[in-house]
Amino acid sequence: MRQILKLATRNIWRNRRRTLITAASILFAVLFAVAISSISKGTWDHMIDSVVHYHFGYIQIHKKGYWDDKTIDNVFDPTSVAALVNDQALASQLVPRIESFALSSFEQATKGALIIGIDPEKEAHLTRPDTRITEGDYLEPKDDGVLVAEGLATYLSASVGDTLVLISQGYHGINAAGKFPIRGLVHFGSPDLNKQLIYLGLEQAKWFYGTEGQITTIVVDVEDADELPAVISTLRASLDTSLYEVMDYKEMMPDLMQAREVDTASSDIILLVLYFIIGFGIFGTILMMLKEREYEFGILKAIGMGTVKLNIMLWLEIIFLGIIGCLAGILVSLPIVFYFHQNPIELSGAMAEAYEKFGVQALLPASTDISIFLKQALVVFLMITVLSIYPMFKLAKLKPVEAMRD
Amino acid sequence: MERKKVIIVKDVYKTYHETKVPVKALRGVSIDIHQGEFTAIVGPSGSGKTTLLNLIGGLDRPTKGSIVVGDTDIATLSDNQLIDFRKEHIGFVFQSYNLIPVLTAKENVEFVMLLQKQPKAKRDARTAELMAAVGLADRMDNRPSELSGGQQQRVAVARALAPKPTFILADEPTANLDSKSTADLLDMMAKLNADEHITFVFSTHDQRVIDRARRIITIEDGKVLKDEWVQ
Repeated sequence: MRQILKLATRNIWRNRRRTLITAASILFAVLFAVAISSISKGTWDHMIDSVVHYHFGYIQIHKKGYWDDKTIDNVFDPTSVAALVNDQALASQLVPRIESFALSSFEQATKGALIIGIDPEKEAHLTRPDTRITEGDYLEPKDDGVLVAEGLATYLSASVGDTLVLISQGYHGINAAGKFPIRGLVHFGSPDLNKQLIYLGLEQAKWFYGTEGQITTIVVDVEDADELPAVISTLRASLDTSLYEVMDYKEMMPDLMQAREVDTASSDIILLVLYFIIGFGIFGTILMMLKEREYEFGILKAIGMGTVKLNIMLWLEIIFLGIIGCLAGILVSLPIVFYFHQNPIELSGAMAEAYEKFGVQALLPASTDISIFLKQALVVFLMITVLSIYPMFKLAKLKPVEAMRD
Repeated sequence: MERKKVIIVKDVYKTYHETKVPVKALRGVSIDIHQGEFTAIVGPSGSGKTTLLNLIGGLDRPTKGSIVVGDTDIATLSDNQLIDFRKEHIGFVFQSYNLIPVLTAKENVEFVMLLQKQPKAKRDARTAELMAAVGLADRMDNRPSELSGGQQQRVAVARALAPKPTFILADEPTANLDSKSTADLLDMMAKLNADEHITFVFSTHDQRVIDRARRIITIEDGKVLKDEWVQ
């Protein structure tokens, strides 16, 4: 075996040009596969991350039926939910909100706005709006002012210190109207949120909509998406699901998740085509090598090297080439992917509008998830392993006399 | 005392069907080769001498007839059995040397012994002995590309001898060598033949080889035309 290993390793470096061509084709296979996968995953992660971290959170609790009929009448008492959740740590992660709509006016301008009544402290920990203040200050506890999204403020030509008028319909049809000083302007990565969101203090929102202490939403502050299944099952076990609905981000964003599935499937098809193209390229190089060395293989068989040993030698050569190509592919793709992670591709025009429809920035960041590199290298490596079967059949059938005559 | 027959070729035919018109390369060849012979198979190009050598070496199968090496009719062996048979019984010397380019001279000589799974000490001793016998004891660690044509062919002879085969088949071994290298190689082979009674069978055009052979088998149109012993 040592002799075969020695032969295989030395053969690889015997024809450097052939080795470099084969390794380069494998390298490019890994590079392109990693690039496609990481851009696709990075873009969708960014989209979902934007929506989850800017607004939805990973899990929300509502009164049963709220999600299908988002009216201010579908409210519930948050203290009853907190009391029902047995897990103390989890109970402290519940972030209350009132979410509804209102007409916002400043001077001559009026625009529909998404109103979110928040507990400033808890919300700061959850979606961190305090870090996105571009002008003015964040809300104080019990603050009677509002934070306005930059885009909306621009539309209304309002700025910090101005007073905004909000008009809406409150709980059980009461009139809701109020004047709220603008404490600060907030920037959202999501263009959708940036042009319509207004933050109100939770107590102000309860007063504004007349909900009598009730709220529409509890967002559960989960640090890590991996914890979701456990947290959801705890919540569903604790709460009466005939009264409350516990939804994760996937349930709240079915369109986005479906779009992700469609896009991932089309990426997979592109990858499959790429694998075929590259696979044929590598196969061509293997065939070339086989033809070039037919005479040599004939000699080895003639002097007594068995087919099995010959096959192992050639298989090792191809596998070594695969390992070299895959490792080089990973090494070359790492800095490129990291670059596009730090400097995402920015889309413009119709493509940008399409992204903004989903409420996210038109950016294509690359994902640096290490599993992408390993998975793509593994797929290419498996492809090479499969391709190496053909030369084995050829070698098994090789007649020394014919090989040496050719 | 009659010497032992190491190769018995009996009424062998070989027809190639690779072209539209079948090519009859051998038409009923029968020869016996005895232990310790130094025999040249001669004839013009296309006469069938290389075909005969390939059949004797188990590299190809006859269309008809039998080839017995030792006690084995090699025409009945499977491809894998033939590989093992060649490894154990037949040494090959080719026109283009055909050493393994990535191995040193020593490793080339050792190669077939490794395939035979011979122990290291035995391999080392045999390699050293053969490299000395072919006059290349000081070139053990050189790769083929670092040796002259004559030196490479000597290494090829050492490789062929390494597993102690029943006989050596040499296909035009001097075709690519200059006069001096040819003379040296033939001296060395003749010495091994005389001292160790190793059987050599050559296929050749080269008059220098024919002049040294003790038996000359002339083949023409796939038939043995002459079979003469030289005193």
